[in-house]
Amino acid sequence: MPRNRTARSAVLGLPVRRPASRSHTFRTSSALRRRIVLGLLVVLSLALITVSFREQSNGPLHDAQAGVASVLQPLEVAVERVARPFRDAYGWTKDLFNARSENERLKAENEQYKQQVIQNESALQENVDLRAVLDYRSSPAFPADYDGVAAEVMAQPSGSFDQTIVVSAGSGDRVAPDAPVVTADGLVGIVTSVTGGAARVRLLTDEASAVSALDLRTRAAGIVRHGPSGLTLQRVSKEEVVRVGDEIITAGWRFGQLASLYPKGIPVGRVTSVGRLNTDLYQQVQVVSDVDFSALDSVIVLVSKRPAPELP
Amino acid sequence: MSVSDNVSVAVFVFVAALVQVTLVASIDVAGGTADVLVLSLLAIALLRGAVAGALAGFFGGLLVDVMTLDTLGVSALLYALAGYWAGRYGETTGRDRAHAPLLAVLVVTIAIACAGLGLHALLGEDVSARRALFDTLLPGLALNLLLGGPVWALSRTVLRRPTSADRVTEVRLLG
Repeated sequence: MPRNRTARSAVLGLPVRRPASRSHTFRTSSALRRRIVLGLLVVLSLALITVSFREQSNGPLHDAQAGVASVLQPLEVAVERVARPFRDAYGWTKDLFNARSENERLKAENEQYKQQVIQNESALQENVDLRAVLDYRSSPAFPADYDGVAAEVMAQPSGSFDQTIVVSAGSGDRVAPDAPVVTADGLVGIVTSVTGGAARVRLLTDEASAVSALDLRTRAAGIVRHGPSGLTLQRVSKEEVVRVGDEIITAGWRFGQLASLYPKGIPVGRVTSVGRLNTDLYQQVQVVSDVDFSALDSVIVLVSKRPAPELP
Repeated sequence: MSVSDNVSVAVFVFVAALVQVTLVASIDVAGGTADVLVLSLLAIALLRGAVAGALAGFFGGLLVDVMTLDTLGVSALLYALAGYWAGRYGETTGRDRAHAPLLAVLVVTIAIACAGLGLHALLGEDVSARRALFDTLLPGLALNLLLGGPVWALSRTVLRRPTSADRVTEVRLLG
């Protein structure tokens, strides 16, 4: 800054006239210029955004953008080619680091898919079983005086000493004790006890079960029970003719007010062997059931349409 | 600024935008990507002032918008404001402070993420705040802070103005 105070003025004590500060002026103009530039850039940006946003894709601004982009494209390609080895190296390293976690993720995913496949197969099998049940309910072989209550098997036999299952139909579904239980393949057993939503079923394979049955072809009657050698048709006199392959069905007898617990005509099984001993009064008829008692999924509980007969 | 100075700044911004679009944007680390254009324009703003920072940000952003065929002006507006703020910060509070570049990177990265989210939402684009502000911002911020030092050093080397000592040496050599 130039000094305006001379020796003369100092001696005389005259006031010194200071010039206006140049730096202050410079700062003011610089700030103004700065603000003007920023304002212009902001306005220009907003204008570009507005026009670019409102304009159609074939408008002049988009054409210009595409033109400049096509001009820059060779440069982008060149940079991309130069950078590709480095990027590939980065990707390879990254993949290497991620391989372990990805492997674990894929294993977990695989497990999920396996479980899903098992669930799907189970659902498919259940669908097949339920369709068979529906077909059986609507077939002529279904007992006329009964309603069928479809039920899922909730509990399988817990061991060889316990030949009972629990099904998902109870008194709420009009299921009562002594109700027969069947599948499309034949007789399964009989309800022994019920709760509101479940019932316990004694299987035909239980040694306490006994079913009046007859040979469909010859009408030879007997009682089907389960013994050490499997199902047998007992109490068939030697005069009756029973052959291997004959179908055994429930007898469904009625005597006055009393009636068999099982309706007539439900398949029980097929004769596999017939034995006659001179010492026995009856024939030894081995029967095998078509029902797979070890893999029961769904059953039909037969609910009588008639009221239960009262014992005298 | 001299013409050669302007040219060097322009080339620096152009290269930074090109590298950002073609290379850096495709390298994601933990879900985020670095932004070397932001780092470059922050360096320009801190070294050259608010006007240079705003202009560098505007044209760098415009280049990005053109190369990515995005809505023109969006990146230009964000980067211009970022460059202006960084320039003012360098001219005032951050002058001669060693932590100024990293602080500017921190503030500008977060501000650009937030403002970008708002701007894209205003334009009716389908944006996820969770992705923009949490999934990508934190790793992107970490990467920017990591690269901030090297880019700052590179910028100081490339954009260094000749000092009086250099001129004296030159005169002496010629003499």
